[in-house]
Amino acid sequence: MSFDHAHLLGIEPLAPRDITTILDLADQYADRGRSAAKYGDALAGLTQINMFFENSTRTQASFELAGKRLGADVMSMAMQASSIKKGETLIDTAMTLNAMHPDLLVVRHPHSGAVNLLAQKVNCAVLNAGDGRHEHPTQALLDALTIRRAKGRLHRLNIAICGDIAHSRVARSNIILLGKMENRIRLIGPPTLMPAGIAEFGTEVYDDMKKGLEGVDVVMMLRLQRERMDGGFIPSEREYYHRYGLDAEKLAHAAPDAIVMHPGPMNRGVEIDGELADDLRRSVIQQQVEMGVAVRMAAMDLLARNLRSRATTETVMA
Amino acid sequence: MTQTLITNAILIDPEAGTEARGSVLLDGASIAAILPDGNGGPAPKAARVIDGGGKHLAPGIVDIGVKVCEPGERHKESYRSAGLAAAAGGVTTIVTRPDTLPAIDSPEVLEFARRRANEAAPVNVLPMAALTKGRLGREMTEIGFLMDAGAVAFTDCDHVVQDTKVFARALTYARALGALVIAHPQEPGLSAGAAATSGKFASLYGLPAVSPMAERMGLDRDIALLEMTGARYHADQITTARALPALERAKRNGLDITAGTSIHHLTLNELDVSGYRTFFKVKPPLRSEEDRHAVIAALRDGLIDTISSMHTPQDEESKRLPFEEAASGAVALETLLPAALRLYHSGDLDLPTLFRALSLNPARRLGLPSGRLAAGAPADLVLFDANKPFVLDRATLRSKSKNTPFDGARMQGRVLATWVAGANVYEAE
Repeated sequence: MSFDHAHLLGIEPLAPRDITTILDLADQYADRGRSAAKYGDALAGLTQINMFFENSTRTQASFELAGKRLGADVMSMAMQASSIKKGETLIDTAMTLNAMHPDLLVVRHPHSGAVNLLAQKVNCAVLNAGDGRHEHPTQALLDALTIRRAKGRLHRLNIAICGDIAHSRVARSNIILLGKMENRIRLIGPPTLMPAGIAEFGTEVYDDMKKGLEGVDVVMMLRLQRERMDGGFIPSEREYYHRYGLDAEKLAHAAPDAIVMHPGPMNRGVEIDGELADDLRRSVIQQQVEMGVAVRMAAMDLLARNLRSRATTETVMA
Repeated sequence: MTQTLITNAILIDPEAGTEARGSVLLDGASIAAILPDGNGGPAPKAARVIDGGGKHLAPGIVDIGVKVCEPGERHKESYRSAGLAAAAGGVTTIVTRPDTLPAIDSPEVLEFARRRANEAAPVNVLPMAALTKGRLGREMTEIGFLMDAGAVAFTDCDHVVQDTKVFARALTYARALGALVIAHPQEPGLSAGAAATSGKFASLYGLPAVSPMAERMGLDRDIALLEMTGARYHADQITTARALPALERAKRNGLDITAGTSIHHLTLNELDVSGYRTFFKVKPPLRSEEDRHAVIAALRDGLIDTISSMHTPQDEESKRLPFEEAASGAVALETLLPAALRLYHSGDLDLPTLFRALSLNPARRLGLPSGRLAAGAPADLVLFDANKPFVLDRATLRSKSKNTPFDGARMQGRVLATWVAGANVYEAE
């Protein structure tokens, strides 16, 4: 098992082999998470700092738990409330934290590319927990693991991603990951919420949801941000729900055993019918949350192995 | 009068569109004679003879749209540092932008800038003034007084005057005075907040983007206002294929319109931003490779008239930020000629065509006697080795700010010497 990366900044730099490596290890952690022996020591003695420059409850909690289950010392910083308000730049903040010698830095930032910038300035492993509209790699990995466990494979599936593609880093990372693993991807949503140049993405694009869902194996719903609901991108919440909200009637166009996914938090009655979201025969939304912890444990474990082997090499060289 | 003879050079004449071996005789601040080799006449006697070493001699570059950060941000660029950079880049006339802090929008501020320029810069400095007060697009500036004080053109730089009534009146008033108005063609509603050109690349990188159509919409509006007012107009940067047919029509219809483009849009494309490299963030954003080729073709055909450096110094702090937050702009006075020579080496443009856009056309548009290699023209000249290869190290730039996209780039072509009004202002070591 090899994973030759210093950071996890996105799906884009990963090879299919890397993705399989993470998912295989995460699979073990997921099984262990259901047993009594859920704690390990892969990150014992290491310091993990979570820096969230943008609100997050779920992702931050998931990373925190993942670190703690592997024995890391975990510190979470709500950066919105801190030095940023005092005018400190991102790089200065990074340098300050770097001086405290963390081993793992988990970063979320509202601007695309900010995590890449930060990774250039520190000498620990950086994990991207979402940067602007760019990437959210651990979300795509947990989605992949959920699909693999539910469908028994992660290739040659028909997968529909529905909703606000334009503003979604979850969609980007998923399009890249599922493409690398050789699946057929359909993007469904109103044209105002499709990114420019979409035709060159190697995906099929639909603005009619029923046609788009025809025969698919996986339906991924995306969250519609509140600020996009009124007039600017779509006429209204209720028209959106009528045309693009997932309900039993629209889902009937998908394959009979199609699974329903959502990265959360859900807007019930906006992008997804509440009852459908809770239907355990179709919805794997709770599994996604569970796999989130497992995937983050695996990613941090693999990065920490690289940190340790690098440290050993340096000692030997010295 | 002291006479200087530059011999053994390849003379680039952008007016005639020719390159020929010969000598140039300088008399004081002017060119006294152009002497092609083999015309049989005796070589004139001059107090001083300079051997051109068989390299190229061209009229010095006239660069419209240089930002010098005085007043307000002298730590980014002063008249002294910009002037030295220009001299080292073969730029003999810099036409400065008024987007300073405060904006150059009154005769008093213009007076200050001119005084500083004359004291500090070794090249010709011609100031432009703002078209509207504070570049806010509400009230026109004192165009008449500003012209008396030496303003050569009026521009709000990258601010589009959004209120068409205000812009139409300013154009009408400027026309009466014969003033040249330089505008930034862009539809500001579409381009608000954009950091990249929309398309696959910007979408994958998750950057807020503007459609290239915004440039054409801005140009279409301005052309309609020119038909209405008859003003003298120059578009600062045309960077997209879609804007070209409108420009072509406007010229064919006899409007007093010219257009420029920037060296960065001629030599770089949107993919150069990859890795979120903020030194490649310029305004308008870098375009697709197809657009770049279309703009080069328009330059070759003479549809686009001028090439500018759009020299925009930014300090490290304003560039070491996430891409969306980082400031736009790049320094380019010293890299303008070597970058432009990429188009020569790639076979896209010959040297007379290049200097038509770099020297002759900008001078003509501003009504200057320079930009020509002819008897009687000012002795503003650049001698350069078109083939000399080098790797650019941004630390060696003379600009106070080092925000060049060409750091570490292989370039071909170096300035050997620069003369302004007959005085040697730069000589390579």
